[in-house]
Parts: sequence; C-alpha cells; structure tokens
Amino acid sequence: MKRTPLFAAHQRLGGKLIEFGGWEMPVQYTSITDEHLAVRQAAGLFDISHMGEVWVEGPQAEAFLNQVLTNDLRKLAPGHGQYTLMCNEQGGVIDDLYAYRLGSDEYLLIINASRIPHDVAWLQAQLSRLSPGAGVRLQDASEATGALAVQGPRVAQFINPCFPGPFTGGAAVEVPTGLKKNQAARTQFAGRQVWVSRTGYTGEDGFEIVAPGEVIEAIWNRLLELGRPHGLKPAGLGARDTLRTEVCYPLYGHELNETTTPLEAGLGFFVALNKGEFTGRPVLAEQKLRGVSRKLVAFKMAGKCAPPRPHYPIWSQGEAGERIGEVSSGTQSPSLGIGLGMACLPSRFAQPQRPLAIEIRGQLAAALVASKPLYVANAK
Amino acid sequence: MANVPSDLKYAKSHEWVRLSGDVATVGITDHAQHELTDVVFVELPALGRQVRAGDACAVVESVKTASDIYSPLAGEIIEVNRAVADNPALVNTEPYAGGWIWKLKLSHPDELHTLLNAEQYLGLIGA
Repeated sequence: MKRTPLFAAHQRLGGKLIEFGGWEMPVQYTSITDEHLAVRQAAGLFDISHMGEVWVEGPQAEAFLNQVLTNDLRKLAPGHGQYTLMCNEQGGVIDDLYAYRLGSDEYLLIINASRIPHDVAWLQAQLSRLSPGAGVRLQDASEATGALAVQGPRVAQFINPCFPGPFTGGAAVEVPTGLKKNQAARTQFAGRQVWVSRTGYTGEDGFEIVAPGEVIEAIWNRLLELGRPHGLKPAGLGARDTLRTEVCYPLYGHELNETTTPLEAGLGFFVALNKGEFTGRPVLAEQKLRGVSRKLVAFKMAGKCAPPRPHYPIWSQGEAGERIGEVSSGTQSPSLGIGLGMACLPSRFAQPQRPLAIEIRGQLAAALVASKPLYVANAK
Repeated sequence: MANVPSDLKYAKSHEWVRLSGDVATVGITDHAQHELTDVVFVELPALGRQVRAGDACAVVESVKTASDIYSPLAGEIIEVNRAVADNPALVNTEPYAGGWIWKLKLSHPDELHTLLNAEQYLGLIGA
C-alpha cells in the first residue's frame, strides 16, 4: 500500500489505518461521529495527499482544457477555480475535479486519487489528438505533492497565522481569509511554494492546501497547534464520507462513473454546452434536449431503521413494486440522526416526497425522496 | 486496554455470556464495541427463535459497517433488550451491562465448555 507524507503523523495520532484504493489511510482517529461533528461545529483536519495534482501550462492550455472539461474555463480570472468534469465521447464521466487558473497560462487540476492513472492517460491522449505541438505542457505532480483540507466554521479564526504571507500569485490577498470561495493564492511555507484555496468537500467553510510533500507534515502540525484551542481535530476518511453524503456531493465510483453522464448525476450546472466543442458535448446536448431517463436523487429513511448502504437494492412502493436501482451512497447521518443517501433512479422518481423502499437484509424499509442538499451546512 | 470481566464466558467471535441457571445473557465485548466504534443501530433477534451455536442472531451497525452477531450457544431466544433498539449507544457505553442484546434458554448447557474463559479471551485479543 502507498503512504502519504503524513503516515507517521496518523500513527502518532492513533489513526485507525485501512486500505483505501491502494493507500494506507486513516478511516478515523477517535470515532467517525466525533470527527464529523467536530467539522460541523468547529473544525477538522484531513490528509488528502493521496489526491492527484496535474499542472497544465502554455498559451494553448485554456483552449486544450476547455475541450476536455465540461465547465467553461474562460469564466476564470487568475486565482479562481471551478468544479468541473472530464467526459468520454459518450458523455460518461472519467472524473470530477477542480480546475484552477493560477496564472494567465497556468492551470492546476485536483483529481481523485482513484483516477490518477486514468485521467493522466486520457489527458495525454487528448493532448496528442487535439493540439499536437501546441506547446501545452502537462505535468503529473501527484507523487511529489501533498495536500490537506481544513474544514469547519471556526477555521477562519485560526488559519491566517499559518500563512502570514506574502502572497505572490493567484488571487490578490494578504491573508488566507481574504480568499473568497473557489479562489486560490500562492504563498510560502518553510521556504517552499504552496497554494491555498478556499474550497472543500464537506459543505462547511474551509481551505485546501497543496504543497510539496516535504513540507506537508510541518503544515499539518502547525495547523493542529493553531487550531486545537478552537476545537480542531484530525478527521479521517470515514467522516469525510459522511460529511459529503449529507450535502449530496458525488463520489467517483459511486454517483459518477464512465457510464453515467453529468446530467444524469444532476450536475448540469457544471456543463457549459454553449462554450463550443468539448469531448462528450453531442451526447450531453442531446440529453439536455430530450431529458434524461435516469436521475440522481437524494433520500431520507422514513423512520428508525438500519442505515442504507451502497448497493442496497431500491424498490418502488406499491403492490406492483419493481426493483428500480440501488443505493450509490448511504449512511447514518451523524448530524441528522437518520439514515440517508443517494441513488440514480428512473426520472419519474425524482420528485421530493416520492416514496421508495430500500431493501436492507431482505426486508423493505420505507424512504422518501428529498431535495438536495439533505443537510444545510454553515458554509458561506 | 479492553475490559474482560472474569465472571463471563466468551466466544471467539467476540460475544460474551453471563449464566444464571440455564438462562444465558449475551452481548458483545468491550473489545468488539471499541473496534466498531459508534453503534447506530441494533437489529434484535426474533423472540421465540430457536438458534444453534454459531447462528447469526443479531446485527450491530456502526456508521461504517454492519456486523453479524452470533449466538455462542444453542437455545431459545426468551428476551431481547429493547433498550439497545432505542439507544444503540448503550452497546458502546455499557457492553456488559445495559448493552446486553438477548437472553437465551439453553438447550445444550454442556456447550458451555466450548467457550473461552476471560484469560483465554484476553489471549485471543492479544491484550
């Protein structure tokens, strides 16, 4: 199994280490519920060094990326990022990711750990096909780069002293809290260049820090030192999953895969059909025109019962109940105290309050379709 | 350091047994609840059900996993602990007291000798 630069830190903190997509990562330190609630009420610190970082540079970088990603990069001023997706020719999702414009010709893509080889191979193949010799430089820096996420309503109270500046690139800020949501800026830590962005995967206010692997542990320790008095706790993959499920953020391999389009996953907002040609556009334009036959819905269990979990079958209610899909993500919500989750179902079920039946160990448990997000968080 | 009361018997699958005549009270050990962490749901066995030693009897669910709980001994389920259905956290906070799961009227009391004593269970969990 691969280990991030924070492996020793996880051991020191008593992290329960598990295998996750080939990585040895902490699922929790104290308990998933404890860490989840810390993020919602104070702050949590996550190691996300397993994720991928790809630099794309050159005068044709914008044109190239706008042809392989669904969202419109032309909207981005330097120091701004956007959530976006990379699709294949059938409109199926290869990955969901964040794309930052760092300088006029400099981009940073933050990609899922499980998709690094796929994404890099795809990008390189598209580069050869779409703009041969156009001077676009692609660099997969994932191995050498670490990252961490600090999330929660109290983060803004303690993050600034960690990065006293100066800020030398991206958004023009003096302090991290000067960043607006989805903005990023470059600064230094221990003499090395780091990028700080205001984003996250929890629904709370927070930051992600991308830095060379050599300084990530020092940043982690400094944030813990500054944040502990405000209630900051280290948080593992278990809490990361319950937090994002509550706010209905998709996870690649669950809500997104190569046979699901962004429109079927309810992510049409991030698909700029009018920006010009991009891979998958014809299929997506057709889906937009005709409507999608299946849609991602969120649901809550109707009463006290066992939690819904990925792959549990879902049946329509009524006497002629038919199997209509399966749970893609599901858990007992630490914030709401009920079972909840998401599933891709035939479009006619995508109406709030529509009853569903989730099959749990051979018994049907009642659930109701609900609007997204299932939990309304504190984030600005 | 897990709590392993010396007056109980243990199964290798981390259930404990407290005997009173031919009635056995069953729950999961402190070691087991610590591994699971926050218990969010307990599925109790059906009253009146006849079980054999090793039958899956109940389910204890944490945020991350659903775990089968096995009957250490054969017999009839004569009582189930509704309190853990209402308050699953009892399994974590009082694994040997308020967190008991079911009571069994033993059909084969001689099976008791197949269970581990406290010292043997401690050896199993490497404490």
